[in-house]
Amino acid sequence: MVHQYKLNGYNIVLDACSGSVHVVDEVAYDIIEMYQNSTKEQIASAILNKYAAQEDITEVDIEQCISDIKSLEESGKLFTPDVYEEMAFDFKERNTVVKALCLHVAHTCNLNCSYCFASQGKYQGDRALMSFEVGKQALDFLMANSGSRTNLEVDFFGGEPLLNWDVVKQLVAYARTQEPIHHKKFRFTLTTNGVLIDDDVIDFANREMNNVVLSLDGRKEVHDHLRKNYAGEGSYDTIVPKFQKLVERRGGKGYYMRGTFTHNNVDFTNDIFHMADLGFKELSMEPVVCAPTDSYALTEEDLPKLFEQYEILAKEMIRRKKAGDGFTFYHYMLDLTKGPCIYKRISGCGSGTEYMAVTPWGELFPCHQFVGDSKYSLGNIWDGVTNFAIRDEFKNCNAYARPECKDCWAKLYCSGGCAANAYHATGSITGVYEYGCKLFEKRIECAIMMKIAESEEENENSNL
Amino acid sequence: MERIKTIETRDLSKSVTTGGCGECQTSCQSACKTSCGVANQQCENKNK
Repeated sequence: MVHQYKLNGYNIVLDACSGSVHVVDEVAYDIIEMYQNSTKEQIASAILNKYAAQEDITEVDIEQCISDIKSLEESGKLFTPDVYEEMAFDFKERNTVVKALCLHVAHTCNLNCSYCFASQGKYQGDRALMSFEVGKQALDFLMANSGSRTNLEVDFFGGEPLLNWDVVKQLVAYARTQEPIHHKKFRFTLTTNGVLIDDDVIDFANREMNNVVLSLDGRKEVHDHLRKNYAGEGSYDTIVPKFQKLVERRGGKGYYMRGTFTHNNVDFTNDIFHMADLGFKELSMEPVVCAPTDSYALTEEDLPKLFEQYEILAKEMIRRKKAGDGFTFYHYMLDLTKGPCIYKRISGCGSGTEYMAVTPWGELFPCHQFVGDSKYSLGNIWDGVTNFAIRDEFKNCNAYARPECKDCWAKLYCSGGCAANAYHATGSITGVYEYGCKLFEKRIECAIMMKIAESEEENENSNL
Repeated sequence: MERIKTIETRDLSKSVTTGGCGECQTSCQSACKTSCGVANQQCENKNK
């Protein structure tokens, strides 16, 4: 399966099943497009006709290019057949271990953001804080069900986890005592709106959290429009200095400034640039998840604008990097040489099997986006997973689970997409959230283009 | 190849035999929480 596209002056050819990326000239681009459905003679005739004004393009030249394409095909770098589908079916029988938990330590929040998918932290339920005992049992459940896996991920999530900060600290301390006993290594993430950040939070988070995710939507007017406290006041002025202090003291450890964009700010790159200009360099900006009837929901009319925004972002990131003022964007962080293996690409995010969310009461859900939906209750941290039907549904939810994805070049990049997005858009976790697909494909196209630009620059520098 | 330049990438077909250790992060742990993919995950297999 080959995907061809033109972006930022590059003609790009992606061989989806091998993961190979080629940057080609116009002639090769056209030949590759015709290669599988035309004879050599038909290709030569069409190319000579199209490029009649260019005398340097000869029949010999075209033959050479066809021969190069053939050798790429023979070496498994072009037109690589999709042989992974059977592997995906074997996934039904695989034994999975739990690798990660999203601990909902607080089903309550000190902000009242209009677009919150967690309905202001309550997840359509009661306000609650997780007790230390429940959190401890969740960590024990994780260790007991993680098999031989060494690295265990735990995300302190909410609502707003800083509303239950003492329990977070106690749980980290408990986990550290268990690491040498069970030969495990916990990696913690804290996701926070920042309102309650103080020196204690900064010191502890920067010491113990592998990652912190800091919610900021960008420009003050954009952020304050939806991220308000219960008095109706925007939170930008409260949180930005705190985030800056935390990041400044982080000492190079990972973090993300994470924003959400909506119909209100389809020019979301200005929000990303604003974050970068505030001094934040690890950035993430996500399309809003909401009902199509919400006033801020993204629309079909927004789509071309969003495509344009992703291109603007990619080009500006290249420019800023060259100028020595670069930043990273989560969805553009492709590592073409050390990225995920085929198993990861087929099996997806791991929700419902390797990754689960735990409510303040110890109930298990396939991920944080299913919390509160009783149909998707998997069991609890004392008895483990007991709803095998739902677990198996998630186990089988992979890159090959959807007929619509069969011929999609992006399926080994998205692995079939987010189960929660699919569920909310179609009522089934194996449905297809087409809007999300379109945005995802655009982001991957941009990310690959950026890698090509990077590689070109490295070559230029090495030739200096 | 005069008209085609190939960028260095991990060969997915080869990773059928070298991959699958399972030490990588689950995708949603890092930043997105609402629209994850797998492409930008890091491989943590030291022996690949």
